[in-house]
Amino acid sequence: MSYKKSHFQHPSLKRNELGLTYRDYEGSLSTLCAGCGHDAISAAVVQACHELSLPPHRVAKMSGIGCSSKAPTYFLGQAHGFNSVHGRMPSVATGANMANRDLVYIGMSGDGDTSNIGFGQFAHVIRRQMNMMYIVANNGVYGLTKGQSSATAKMGSTSKKGAVNPLADIDLATIAIDMGATFVARGFSGDTAQLVTLMKAAMAHRGFAFIDIVSPCVTFNNHKGSGYSFDYFREHAELVNMSDFIPIREDILVEVPENEVREVILHDGSMIRLKHVAHEHDETNRLDALSALHKAHHDDTVLTGLLYVDPNAEDMHDVLGTAARPLNDLTEKELCPGMSILDSINNGFR
Amino acid sequence: MDKTDTLHAKHFEKVVDCQYACPAHTPVPEYIRLIAEGRYTEAYMVNWYSNVFPGILGRVCDRPCEPACRRTRIDEPVAICRLKRVAADQRDEDISEWIPDVPAVKNGRKIALIGAGPASLTVARDLAPKGYILDIYDREKAAGGFIRTQIPAFRLPESVLNEEVNRVLDMDVNQIFSHEITSLKGLLEKDYDAIFVGTGAPLGRDLNVPGRYDCEDKIHIGIDWLANVSFGHFDSIAKNVIVLGGGNTAMDCCRTAKRLGGTDVKVVVRSSFDDMKASPWEKEDAIHEGVDLLCHHVPKRFIVEDGRLVAMAFELVNSVYNEAGRRTLESTGEPEVIIPCDEVLIAVGQDTAFPWIERDVGLEFNQWGQPTLNEETLQSSIPNVFFGGDAAFGPKNIITAVAHGHQAAKGIDAFLSKVSIEKQGFKLVSQKMGVHDWSYPNFIDETMRHAVPIVDLQTALRNLSMEVELGFDERTAAQEALRCLNCDVHTVFEDDKCIECNSCVDICPMDCINFLPNKDELPLRASLRVPAMNARQDLLVSGHLKTGMVMVKDEDVCLHCGLCAERCPTNAWDMQKFVSLETYF
Ligand SMILES: Cc1cc2nc3c(=O)[nH]c(=O)nc-3n(C[C@H](O)[C@H](O)[C@H](O)COP(=O)(O)OP(=O)(O)OC[C@H]3O[C@@H](n4cnc5c(N)ncnc54)[C@H](O)[C@@H]3O)c2cc1C
Ligand SMILES: Cc1ncc(C[n+]2csc(CCOP(=O)(O)OP(=O)(O)O)c2C)c(N)n1
Ligand code: SF4
Ligand code: SF4
Ligand code: SF4
Ligand SMILES: [Mg+2]
Repeated sequence: MSYKKSHFQHPSLKRNELGLTYRDYEGSLSTLCAGCGHDAISAAVVQACHELSLPPHRVAKMSGIGCSSKAPTYFLGQAHGFNSVHGRMPSVATGANMANRDLVYIGMSGDGDTSNIGFGQFAHVIRRQMNMMYIVANNGVYGLTKGQSSATAKMGSTSKKGAVNPLADIDLATIAIDMGATFVARGFSGDTAQLVTLMKAAMAHRGFAFIDIVSPCVTFNNHKGSGYSFDYFREHAELVNMSDFIPIREDILVEVPENEVREVILHDGSMIRLKHVAHEHDETNRLDALSALHKAHHDDTVLTGLLYVDPNAEDMHDVLGTAARPLNDLTEKELCPGMSILDSINNGFR
Repeated sequence: MDKTDTLHAKHFEKVVDCQYACPAHTPVPEYIRLIAEGRYTEAYMVNWYSNVFPGILGRVCDRPCEPACRRTRIDEPVAICRLKRVAADQRDEDISEWIPDVPAVKNGRKIALIGAGPASLTVARDLAPKGYILDIYDREKAAGGFIRTQIPAFRLPESVLNEEVNRVLDMDVNQIFSHEITSLKGLLEKDYDAIFVGTGAPLGRDLNVPGRYDCEDKIHIGIDWLANVSFGHFDSIAKNVIVLGGGNTAMDCCRTAKRLGGTDVKVVVRSSFDDMKASPWEKEDAIHEGVDLLCHHVPKRFIVEDGRLVAMAFELVNSVYNEAGRRTLESTGEPEVIIPCDEVLIAVGQDTAFPWIERDVGLEFNQWGQPTLNEETLQSSIPNVFFGGDAAFGPKNIITAVAHGHQAAKGIDAFLSKVSIEKQGFKLVSQKMGVHDWSYPNFIDETMRHAVPIVDLQTALRNLSMEVELGFDERTAAQEALRCLNCDVHTVFEDDKCIECNSCVDICPMDCINFLPNKDELPLRASLRVPAMNARQDLLVSGHLKTGMVMVKDEDVCLHCGLCAERCPTNAWDMQKFVSLETYF
C-alpha cells in the first residue's frame, strides 16, 4: 500500500536560487483519482514556484470546496493555506490579502466552485482587482459530488450516463475579461510546459490574474460526448500564442526572430514574449480579446494561451490607497493613533 | 529512437543491475524478498540453483553485484552478499528434499573433470541430475580448489566449505583425489565422452629483482605461502613483513601475517590506492587490522646482509594518465626509499599453467597462452574438451568459475546429445493486487546500509581460524532486505492504453518518465526532464502515441516504487515481475 512518495530524488535535479529542488515545493501525496487533471495542475504550480525561486513560506494557497479545491494540499507543503467554504474563497482571500499584502496569493478553485455557487464572489474579487493568481481547474462537472454538470459544461454535451445538458455554458475567461481582470489565460492540464509559463507570468503580474485550465475529470467526464475530455480538448483546442517567460534577472539576449512576436513587460520587470500561432488578436486590447473569445465560442473551439494582459494594471491596494506596510505588521500605536486623530476624522464629516 | 524491444529479455535483464552484473545471474531481488519474509531455506535454494555455493559466496564472493546495485546511484548498495550468508546461516538443517534427484541408472556418458575447484564442481552439480557418470580429479587430498587452499579460515570457516563442497560430491560424483593429471593425451585415450579442464591459475608470479634468490627461506610466493599456512606447514612469520602487490592475494597475505606474529605488516604497491586491484572492503578490513598500505612504491631490490634479509629498496612514482585513461608510472626523481623487513610475501599476480597438455595433442592456444574457446560453450579446439574457471581466461573469482561451470555443462550436454542450446525465454507476471496494493514490498525504505558486526580486533588477531564477521542477525537482515528496490519488478508500458495525462510524470519521485517528440538517442537523452547522462543505463521508449509524442523512461534511478502504475488511470503502466524460464538441470 503506497501512502507515501519516496523522499529520494534524482541526484542531478536542478536547484533554484534558494538552493531548493522542485521536490521542496511538493505537498502531501494526492488522494485524487489516478489520472485526475488537477494533479497535473499541482505539478505545474510546483514547477512554476520552483523556477521563480519563491520562498515557499511566502505563498498563501486559498481554496473553496471540490476536488480542485482540495488540490492545494498536494503542492507547496511549506506554504500557508486556507481551505474555505464552497464558493467563498474570494472573500477569504480578500481578507487575507488585506491583512498581509506581502504574500503571493494562489487561489485554486473548480468550475463548480467558481461558476456556480461562487459566481457572485468571483465577479467581485475581479472588480476589486485583488493581486492574486486565481486558477480554475475546469472539468465541466462537480467531481467531488460524483459528476453533476456544472455551469461550464458545454450546452448539448452529454453526461456519463447520457443526459444532454440543455443549459447555456459560461465561459470563465470571457467573464473574467468582462469583469475587469487584467491577466487572462487558458491552459490545459495535459500541457505542463505552457501552464508553467502562464503561471509564472500570472504570478509576476500585479493585479488579478486568471487562468482557466481545462482539467479532465477521468472518473466522471472523460467520455465521448463530454466537452471536457482529453480527446475533446485535443480536437477543439486552438493555440492563440506560444509564450516564453523571461525573468528579470536573465539577460534579454534571446534573438527575436519574427515580427509577429510581441513582448510584454510585467510589473516586476520580467517579460512575456508571445508568438502568434492561430489568431492575430492584440493581447493587450480587451475588445480584441473578447471578440476572439466570442468567435471561438461560436465556432466551438477552445482558445488557449495568453488571451489578455494589461501590463499597466493597478491592484486593490493601489485603488484603495492602503498602507504600504501589511496590516498585520502595524502596531497598536499605528492602528489606534489616538483620540485627537479620531476627532479630526470625525470633524472631516461635519 | 526505435521503440524498445520488450519481446526479448535483454531490456529487462539489464534493468536488474545486480543480477545482470552477477556472472551466474543469481536472482538477487527474488532471494532478498524471501529473506525479508523469513523464508530462508527458499532463499538459500534460489541461490544454490544459480550459484551452487551460497554459504561460501555469502562470505567471500567478489560481489560484482554490489557496485552495480541501483541503490549506489541513490545512497549505498544493498548488502546483497551478506544477505546471502543470512540465507545460509538461517536455513533449515536438512534441505535434501530440495536437492534434485540423481538417477541411479546413468545415461551411459562419462565425463572427466580435472581439478576440483568451483568450476568443476559446478559442472558436476549441473550434469549429475542428468545421469552423467562423473569422475573428478584433483592433486590435493580434498575438493574445493583455491577456496580451500587459499582463502583463509578467518574469512571462510572450513565447516561451511566442507558442507557445500560435499553436497555436490554426494551427488554420485566419483572422487579421485591426490591424483595429478600429467597428460591430456593419456586422458583422451581413456573412455571419457568429454573432458572438463578446471585446473585454475595455480602459478604465482615471481618478482625478478636483485637479491630475490639471496635469502629464499624469507622470500615467498604469496599463494604458495597461503597454501602452506592452510595445510599447517607454516605457523609463524617474522615481525616485520612486507607484502608486495595490491590484489586480494596481498590482502589475505597481510591479514594472515598479522595473525602469525607479524607485528609490523606493510602492503607495498606500485599503483595508487584507488587503482589497487583489491576491493574497497578488503582494503578497509586490512587497514582495520593495523596493516599499513604504502602506494606508489616500485620494488627495486632485496637488501640481504650476511645471508639475512634486512630491507627492501623502492623507487617512488606517480600515476600519470593519458587521454585514453591509460596509466603509466613515472618516477618522482626522489631518492629511493629503504624499508626494513625480515620476511617478504610476493603477491603480484597468478598465471595459468598447462604443463600436462602436450603441445602436439591438437589443442589450440592463443597468443597469451590461453586455450582458444567458444565463448558460449567454452568448448576448445578439441571438440570434447571444455575449459572453465581460472583455467579458461586467467584468474577471476569463484562466481565467474561457477558461471563458466554452467556454460560448460550446457555446452557438454548439448554437444553429447547433438542438440543446440536454446534460450528458454521468460514471462512477466503482474504484481497488481488492488489500486494501491502490490504483491511485492514497494514501499521505499530510506535507511542507510547496515554494517555487519565483527569480532573484537584483539580476539580476531589472536586466532588464525576465527571467522571475523559475525553475519547479520535476523532482525538486521530483515531491515537490510527491505532496502532492496525489487528491480526485477519492472515498469511495463502499453502504448495503446496511454491517454497522455502526465500523471505518471508528476508522481514519479525520480523524474524517470517523459513525454516528448522522438529524436535520436543522444539528443533524446539530453532533452529529458533530467538529462539521462548515465549511458550504461538504457531508455525505455514507446511507439508513437496519439499526440505524436513518445514516452521515454530513463531506467537509471527508477525506484520500482510502482507509483506510476498506481497513478495511471488506464493501467498503461503495470508492475510486472520478470521470471526467467532458464533451468540448469
Ligand atoms: C589468495 C587468494 C584469495 C582469493 N580470494 C577470493 C575471494 O575472496 N573470492 C573469490 O571469489 N575469489 C577469490 N580468489 C580467486 C578464486 O579462488 C579462484 O578464482 C577460483 O577458486 C577459481 O576456481 P577454479 O575452479 O577455476 O580453480 P581452482 O579453485 O584454482 O581449482 C583448481 C584445482 O585444480 C587442481 N589442479 C590443477 N592442476 C591439476 C592437475 N594437473 N591435476 C589435478 N588437479 C589439478 C588444483 O589442485 C585445484 O584444486 C582468491 C584467490 C587467491 C589466490
Ligand atoms: C455550500 C455547499 N454546497 C454544496 C456542497 C457540495 N459540493 C461539494 S463539492 C461541490 C462541487 C465541486 O465542483 P468543482 O468546483 O467543479 O470541483 P471539482 O470537484 O470538479 O474539482 C459541491 C456542489 C458543499 N460542499 N457546500
Ligand atoms: S472525481 Fe474527477 S475531479 Fe475528482 S479527483 Fe476524481 S478525476 Fe479528479
Ligand atoms: S536494489 Fe535490489 S534488485 Fe536493485 S540492484 Fe540493488 S540489490 Fe539488485
Ligand atoms: S516505479 Fe514508476 S514512479 Fe517509481 S521511480 Fe520507477 S518510474 Fe518512477
Ligand atoms: Mg469541476
